[in-house]
Amino acid sequence: MSDTIVTLPDQSTARIPKMNYLTKENGLLSWLLTGDHKRIAILYLISISFFFFVGGSLAGLIRLELLTPQSDLMATDTYNKVFSMHGIIMVFFFLVPSVPATIGNFIIPMMIGAKDLALPKVNLLSWYLYVAAGILALYTMASGGVDTGWTFTTPLSTHYVNTHVLTTGMAVFIAGFSSIFTGLNFIVTIHKMRAPGMTWFRLPLFVWAHYAASILMVLGTPVLAIAIVLMALERTVGIGVFDPTKGGDPLLFQHLFWFYSHPAVYIMILPGMGVISEVISTFSRKRVFGYTAVAFSSVAIAVFGFFVWAHHMFIMGISNYAVLIFSLLTMLVAVPSAIKIFNWAFTLYKGSITFETPMLYAFGFMGLFTIGGMTGVFLGASGTDIHLTETYFIVAHFHFVMVGGMLMAFLSGIHFWWPKMTGRMYPEKISQLAAVVTFIGFNLTFFPQFILGTLGMPRRYASYPPEFQILNVFSTAGASVLGVGYLLPVLYLTWSLKYGEIAGNNPWQATGLEWQVQSPPLTENFPEIPIVDHEAYDYEWLERQKEKEVASVG
Amino acid sequence: MSHISPIIWQFLVKWMTNFALFPPEASKIAPQMDALYFFMVLVSLVGLTIVILLITSFSILYSKKRHPVAVQIEGSTLLEATWTIIPLGLFLVMFVWGALLYFRIYTPPANAMNIYVVGKQWMWKAEHPGGQHEINALHVPTGRPIQLTIISQDVFHSFSIPAFRVKREAIPGRYTSVWFEATTPGTYHLFCTQYCGTDHSHMIGDVVVLTPEDYKKWLDGSTSGSSLAQNGERLFASLSCAACHNTRPDARGPSLANVYGSRLTLSSGQQITADDAYLREAILNPSQHITQGYAPIMPTYQGQISEEGVIDLVEYIKNLDSDYRVQQTTASTTLLPEGEGNTTKAPVAPGANQRAPQGMVKQ
Amino acid sequence: MSDSTAIAHGTAEAHHEHPPYQRHHFETIAQQNDATNFAMWLFLLTEIMFFGGLFTAYLIYRNWYYPAFVQGSHQLQIGWGTANTAVLITSSFTMAMGVWSAEMRKKGALVLCLVLTFTLGLVFLGIKTIEYSEKIEKHHVPGFHYSVQSFVDPASDPEVYNEYHDKPLALDMARHTELYFFLYFAMTGMHALHMIIGIAILGFMIFRARAGAYTTGHVTFVENFGLYWHFVDIVWIFLFPLLYLINRHPLAH
Repeated sequence: MSDTIVTLPDQSTARIPKMNYLTKENGLLSWLLTGDHKRIAILYLISISFFFFVGGSLAGLIRLELLTPQSDLMATDTYNKVFSMHGIIMVFFFLVPSVPATIGNFIIPMMIGAKDLALPKVNLLSWYLYVAAGILALYTMASGGVDTGWTFTTPLSTHYVNTHVLTTGMAVFIAGFSSIFTGLNFIVTIHKMRAPGMTWFRLPLFVWAHYAASILMVLGTPVLAIAIVLMALERTVGIGVFDPTKGGDPLLFQHLFWFYSHPAVYIMILPGMGVISEVISTFSRKRVFGYTAVAFSSVAIAVFGFFVWAHHMFIMGISNYAVLIFSLLTMLVAVPSAIKIFNWAFTLYKGSITFETPMLYAFGFMGLFTIGGMTGVFLGASGTDIHLTETYFIVAHFHFVMVGGMLMAFLSGIHFWWPKMTGRMYPEKISQLAAVVTFIGFNLTFFPQFILGTLGMPRRYASYPPEFQILNVFSTAGASVLGVGYLLPVLYLTWSLKYGEIAGNNPWQATGLEWQVQSPPLTENFPEIPIVDHEAYDYEWLERQKEKEVASVG
Repeated sequence: MSHISPIIWQFLVKWMTNFALFPPEASKIAPQMDALYFFMVLVSLVGLTIVILLITSFSILYSKKRHPVAVQIEGSTLLEATWTIIPLGLFLVMFVWGALLYFRIYTPPANAMNIYVVGKQWMWKAEHPGGQHEINALHVPTGRPIQLTIISQDVFHSFSIPAFRVKREAIPGRYTSVWFEATTPGTYHLFCTQYCGTDHSHMIGDVVVLTPEDYKKWLDGSTSGSSLAQNGERLFASLSCAACHNTRPDARGPSLANVYGSRLTLSSGQQITADDAYLREAILNPSQHITQGYAPIMPTYQGQISEEGVIDLVEYIKNLDSDYRVQQTTASTTLLPEGEGNTTKAPVAPGANQRAPQGMVKQ
Repeated sequence: MSDSTAIAHGTAEAHHEHPPYQRHHFETIAQQNDATNFAMWLFLLTEIMFFGGLFTAYLIYRNWYYPAFVQGSHQLQIGWGTANTAVLITSSFTMAMGVWSAEMRKKGALVLCLVLTFTLGLVFLGIKTIEYSEKIEKHHVPGFHYSVQSFVDPASDPEVYNEYHDKPLALDMARHTELYFFLYFAMTGMHALHMIIGIAILGFMIFRARAGAYTTGHVTFVENFGLYWHFVDIVWIFLFPLLYLINRHPLAH
């Protein structure tokens, strides 16, 4: 144990460095043909924000329709398309690429002391695949949409709907490859591109979390791809592989689909957990409590995450013994998440805490993720799953994890690394307000849905019995607050691009390698590759560095 | 209250009178489910409180103002072991408790009354053994275990009765089952909870729980004239099943009397219990379900009988406790009107009536 | 990696000399080769998962509809299958020789090996086309006027019948041969698609190899393509026994 005093640097004299990755080349082509991981990250950031607001508007429509028990704003058909497209866009075009493809892309090479990702062209390719898939999805939406839900359940998707299942499937298929390439790139980079002295246990936890998520992307996504190919063949040619009248088994599709789509949940949440580790440590000026436990819990989640998929099928008539095994494994996968929460909480112990916006979002994450995780246990216990599954309880549960967890983490990370990405600070007061508004709006939107689910209100209903109305009204009211909470950052972050205070290299006095270079960084990140001689989150090392600087300047 | 706009007032009244926070408990399993549910809520609340307390108290105690110097701590194996083992233990308790409940809900007692439920886009059809048909409704008596045998005719549906805390997926091509014992008379919601296309949200109905006396009245009042087994018998005859499934020494198929619930040895050597699912499969995919000693000559009825027809047949075979009626039908096949399916003329068994009438179809 | 080809990279960021094919962000050429190789292996891992979905379906349905799968496999020409296996293994050999030639900087040999691999790949696809067209003639393509004639009445298909003397299948089981043929087409089709992609890349490589692109000492591309080609080969090594060979003569019950 030792003491660390950290003072924030004086920024009145700071200037944005003339030479950085943003100014190196100009023109649209220099962006569209770039191999620079930071520029690709910015491209991703713009495109996923766009899709987030498309998906968000669809969510708004859903909430408006559910304001009244009748399906009066739109026909049930339209409602089905709206929630299907909301799910598809949010899952495949926002949540899966959100933290990894933007923040991860930008920060990971810098954190491990590399000049770029191992395969820059593949990185760019994965952005183009993402955009192609996104355009296809938008085209589908414009030309009539799809109404299968994001789960493409057979035989509904193969034999009973006549909407654009194939083009949507194609879009998801392509987006899947984009995700595979991102994951593959991360794994190769983390294995092969670490700076001298950057051993595995000196890696920041953000990198560990991305490593675990990448394993899931690389091994899980191809199974989704084959499931979609089979679904498309079944729909076009009628091969019978999922058709019970021809001897096929519709449950096989469920197995293949969830073999990806459950790990996909961890693809979405693990990078968010990585962000939280960085933020909590930085703003309590303290090493993450139990580094090894947090690192290994990420890997444990990835490994166990592959063996729990059938808990989506407890009521679908899989064998009772399969239910026992998958229920038990689901309980086991909940433990590493609990470990993380407590380790983060104890990171605060004897720290020196400040409450900047990223920290507020991180606190929000911890509270909401605890609720999201605990309600996951309700669904993992096979008995209560019978009553609660396929109701609003499950909707609330995964929104607590995905929106309350992942989106909070994403916003936390964006605020945290915004100075590094742009060289400018976001405005502190209004962003703290946005964090609080988001938190309140979120709880108001999704907490009533737990009660609705317990009451038995089924998900994906355009109309519902009138006694559920009051809770739905709360939920819709909350959604409008939440909408404001999400619009605010777009406005003030855009504003800050021009008018924000100049950040300097290390506004938070964080220890990551990315904070030791100029903001915005050079095209190849480091003037020369650093040699790492300290653990992650070593605030004493940071102190010594500063003393050295002062000494050399003096 | 004149200063409140009448429209808002109307809404307030409506909401406050139609406001639910917890579903009614109307089955035997419901209180057991709720016990586990509230245990979990309790654990969650305690866990959440601990997390919130930790965050707020540390935030206050160690804010930069009060505690300008951070103390670097590696971790603590003891603490970490604590918050690994305690959650693990709690989760394991929930796992065991949940699994017990799961097995209870999906293992029907032997004396349960069976009602068939067929889901199709977008309605539920319930068929009572006495031949009563219902659409988007289910009438059940209190105080008697009811087993639902569920199947879907097209896509996945899910049969959910929140007040009973039970739910089961209706899957195309296979039977699933769930059981409950209703306790409180009343009308409860019936939902389809698996997304099934355009009118998914209209695939709802009422579960009406009646006292046994009212239920008997209802049964008498809504009978369609013939029971499922009787329908099945007619179908059995019109499909000429008895041409092979009879007791003659040269019979080409096994006798079906008392076959339900018995252990069969298949031609593949596999031992199997003849349950509803087996009977259904044996009608639709016979060649995989050949009883040992018989040739695989039975034609498939896939695509020729509706799900309801299969249910009628299954119900008939379940209730067949002697061959007497089969012989009757064998003798009189040609006299019966043609029902659904393809009718081929079966040879009339000579002397089929010579046996003593030993039994009847159970009603 | 020889230093003779190394030239100074004349930009401000480059502090050290390195060969022209080394990308900026790598410290050494060894790191670059290591990374690209590793990436290729990972990519092949995703391919395994992709085919894994099909293999799972195969295992399940084979287990359920065993007689249909046996009789379905009787429809395949074991001769063509064996020939194709031989063709593919030979092509893997020529590919390996190609990688070796590139490492040894033998341009002529490399081009020859690539051309041979290319040709063998085409031969494989040619044979596959013959096999496919046979299935089309017999209406054994699932979804397109699929006919169960050969299975409910094996004698109507004398070629196969004379060899195996199959008993007729009951109609419900015979219908499940459609699943067998679907899996046959899906698995071999997916494999053929990988072959076509490989052949297209090979064409491009022959072009580049003649210009001397791979005989400069930088062989990563040839090496990685070699990995891909061997992978496609190995998939076939699994498909051939599963679809053609396994239980051609099932034990009598």
